[in-house]
Amino acid sequence: MANIDINAAGQSQLFIGNEAIARGALEAGIGFASAYPGTPSSEIIGSLAEVAKKQNIYVEWSVNEAVALEAAAAASYAGLRSLAAMKMNGLNVASDFLATIVLSGIGKKGLVLMVGDDPAAHSSSNEEDSRAVSKWLDIPMVEPGDFQEAKDMMKWLYELSEEIGSICMLRSVTRVAHARGNVRLGEIPATEHKARFENILDPRNTMPTSIMTIPTPLRHAFQHMKLDKARARFEESSFNRYVGPEKPDLLIITCGSGWLYAQDAVNTLKLESRVGILKLGTIWPLPENLVKKCLARADKVLFLEETDPFLEATIMEYSSSLSLESRRNIFYGKHTRHINAFGELTPDAVIKAIAAVLDIKYEVRDAAYVKKIEAVPQDYIMERMLTFCPGCPHRASYWSIKNALMMDGRGGFVTGDIGCYSMALGPAGFFMNRTHQCMGAGSGLANGFGQLWRFGFDQPVIAVCGDSTFYHSIMPALVNGVHNRANFVLVIFDNGATAMTGFQPHPGTELTAMGEPAQQISMEAICQAIGARVEICDPFDLKATTATLLDLLEQEQGARVAIMRRPCELVRSKKEKPPYKVKIDPEKCLGDDCGCNRLCSRVFRCPALVWDPVAGKTRIDEVICSGCGVCVDICPEGAISKEEVVLA
Amino acid sequence: MKKLYKDPVNLIVSGVGGQGNVMVSLVLGNALVAGGYFITIGETYGASQRGGSVMSHVRISSEKQFSPLIAEGQGDIIVGMEPVETLRMLKQFGNMNVVTIVNPRPIHAVDLIGSGAGAYPDLPKLLGQIKDLSAKTYVVHATDEAQKMGNPMLANMILIGALLKTGLLPLDETALDTVIKEMFPKAVAPNIKALKAGMELVSILR
Repeated sequence: MANIDINAAGQSQLFIGNEAIARGALEAGIGFASAYPGTPSSEIIGSLAEVAKKQNIYVEWSVNEAVALEAAAAASYAGLRSLAAMKMNGLNVASDFLATIVLSGIGKKGLVLMVGDDPAAHSSSNEEDSRAVSKWLDIPMVEPGDFQEAKDMMKWLYELSEEIGSICMLRSVTRVAHARGNVRLGEIPATEHKARFENILDPRNTMPTSIMTIPTPLRHAFQHMKLDKARARFEESSFNRYVGPEKPDLLIITCGSGWLYAQDAVNTLKLESRVGILKLGTIWPLPENLVKKCLARADKVLFLEETDPFLEATIMEYSSSLSLESRRNIFYGKHTRHINAFGELTPDAVIKAIAAVLDIKYEVRDAAYVKKIEAVPQDYIMERMLTFCPGCPHRASYWSIKNALMMDGRGGFVTGDIGCYSMALGPAGFFMNRTHQCMGAGSGLANGFGQLWRFGFDQPVIAVCGDSTFYHSIMPALVNGVHNRANFVLVIFDNGATAMTGFQPHPGTELTAMGEPAQQISMEAICQAIGARVEICDPFDLKATTATLLDLLEQEQGARVAIMRRPCELVRSKKEKPPYKVKIDPEKCLGDDCGCNRLCSRVFRCPALVWDPVAGKTRIDEVICSGCGVCVDICPEGAISKEEVVLA
Repeated sequence: MKKLYKDPVNLIVSGVGGQGNVMVSLVLGNALVAGGYFITIGETYGASQRGGSVMSHVRISSEKQFSPLIAEGQGDIIVGMEPVETLRMLKQFGNMNVVTIVNPRPIHAVDLIGSGAGAYPDLPKLLGQIKDLSAKTYVVHATDEAQKMGNPMLANMILIGALLKTGLLPLDETALDTVIKEMFPKAVAPNIKALKAGMELVSILR
C-alpha cells in the first residue's frame, strides 16, 4: 500500500481510490476510523492503520459493520471527526443503526460512512447499489468520479456533515476504489484530539437532549430540512460540472466511473462538438436547478452510471414535475436497454450506447486485422479456471470433506459461506458447496436443515465458514443450533487471517489493526462455552481429518464443530521457506494407464501438478509448488514423495 | 516532460494470477507519475492469486486522467508475462500498430476431467500467432534469465528493463532506479541487476 501520510502537499502521487479516500480523511483531521474488511473498501482502513500511531488517530477492524458504524458514531458524539468504511453488503448489516442515527443525529464533529459498491460482483456474491440507501434513509450522498475527487470529496464531506448535523455517505465503485490514478495532495492538519461526551446533567452540556430518535416524526422532519440544506450546497458544488458545447445533440448525465468512460468515448468517437457531459458528484439529494438547466441544453439525454438506474429514475421522475413546455427530453439508458441494468460499465458499452443513440457507425478495428484475429485457433486461448493457491489448506480440507461425505453415504452436503472457500462451488473444492449467499447464510440454513429429520430428512449437513466470518456472523447461528438441538456439523476454516480481502486481523488473531497486542478470542472456547462438541483438525493430515469428520457426522446430537487449523499459504510463505521438496517418480507414475483418471492434476487440481502430454505423466512445476506435500497422500501409486527441506 | 509518441499510450500487462502483474504496472506508474504524467491503472480482480488470467491496463497521458479500462482494439503496447495470456490480450486489444513484449515461459492451466483445459498449445506456433498480430514483437526469456539469477519473480523487472530499452515510454534508467529504491528497499541490487539484464536482452534482439 502507498504511504498515505507522505508530507508532500502540492505533489502528485499514484493512489488507488481507496488510498485517496483515506488521505482525504487524514486531511480532514479525523481522529477515529473503524471498518470490517470487504472488497472494494478494505484499503481505506488498511492504509489508515499503517499511519495511525504516527498521526495519533485510532483505527480498528471491528467484528462486523454494525459495530464499526456504532463505534465511529460514538467518536463523533465525543467530539472527533470519525469514519466508518464497509462494502455494500456491510451496509446491509449496519443499516438498522444507520436508519436510526439519521434521526438521532450526530455529535458536534462530522461522521462519514464510506461504502464500496462492487458492480459486476468482481469480489462479491451480489450486485447492489448503495445510492438507493441514501434516498431510502434520507442521507446526503456523494460519489467521486476520479481519484483526485475521492480525496477532495472525503475532506469536504466532513464540513458538510458538521454544517447540517447529519451523517453523510460517500459511495465509490470498484473501478474508482481499486483503480489507480493521480492525486495532488493537500496538507494534513496537526489536530489535537480531545474526546468528551457531554452528560445531560452536566452544566457544561451543550447537547440539548439525549441521543434518541423520539419524537420520531418531528425528527424525521428535521432530517428533511437537513437534506434541503445539503441540496442548497450541492447546487453550488464544484464536484458537479458540465463540459461540452452550449447546445449539444446529446447530453450525457453520469457519475462515478461513468465520468471517465464518457470522456474517453466522446474522444474515441470524435464527438466533442456534438456531445455534452453533465457529471454529478453530489448524488442525493438531487441538485434540481443544475439538472433543470442542463436538461434544457439538449433533447436527447443518455444516462451512464453503475449499477442501478438511480440518476436515470430520479431525474426522469424530477423532469415530470417540470412545466409542460420544458418537458422536451427523450431519455436513454438502462430502461431503453442502451446500457445494461446489470454488470459494470465498460468503455466498449459506453461507445456502443452513444453510437446507437446518435446513429453513428463505429469500426473498432480494420477488417484485415479482424480477419487475422478470427484465424487464431480457438483452443490456443484456453480458459483458466480459478482455483485455490498451491498449498492452500482449503483444498486439503475439502478433499477430506468430500471423502467423509462419500464414505458416510447418506447424500450429505455442504452449505457455503463467503470467502476464498466459496470456490468450492466449483471444481476447486470438488463441487462440495451447494449454497452460496451471504456471510452467515450457510450456518443459518444448516439450522433449518438440521430440524427437518422430523419430516423424513436424513442427509447429514456440513455448514462451513472462515475464521473471520465466525466472529462476524456465525456465533448467533451456532447458539441457535446448540440451543434448539439442530443436527449439523459446523466446519470453521481457521487460516489465521481474513484472507479473501487481504489478511486483515480479526478477533482471533494476535494483533490489532494498529499492530498492538490484542486480546485473542479463542473460537474453540466460545464453541465449547455454547455447549458444542469441538474437534480441532490439521487439514494437511487427510486421514485423521476425514476420520474426525466421519465421527462428527455419525454423532447426530445437535450442532457440533470441527476447526480446520492451518495458516493461509500466502501468509505462511511470506515468513517461511517451503517445508518440503516434492518430487514425482516418473517410474512410478503410470499416467493414463493407472486408472486414476489423473487424480492429481484433474481432480485434486493443485496448480503445481502439471500433466506433461509428451511424457504422458504428471510433473511438478517447481516455480509455483509451495512444498506443502499434501499430494503425496493422494497418489494411489505412491509416485509422489516429499523430502524435508533442511535449512542451511 | 518528454512528448509521448501518442496520447494516451495504452499499455497492457498480462499474465496469470500470482506472477506479479500489479507490481509491474505499479513500478511503471510510479516512475511515470514522478515524471509528471497522468497515469490511470485498472486491473482484473478476484483472479489475482488464484491461477486465473490477469491484466493491468496502464493509460499514460501528458494531458489528462483517462479511464481505468482500455476499449477493444486500442492497445498500444502489450507486456505479456505468459504467452497464452499475451495472445488473449492481442485478440481483444490488438491492432496494426501494437508492439508486444512476451516472456515465452508457459504457465499451464489447471486441468479438469472432461474439459480438456490442460492442453497447452504448441509454443512455436503460439509465438507465431503473437508475431502475426503484432507490428513488432520482442521475445524476452525473462523467467529463464530470472531463474539463473536465483529468483523467478525477477522476471517482472527483466520485462520492465526490456520495455525501457524499446524507448516507447518516456522513462530512463535513473527514473526506474529511483522507484526500485523506494518500492524494494530490501532488494535494490537484484532488481537493478534484473532491470539491466532486461535491457540487454532487448538490445540483442534489435
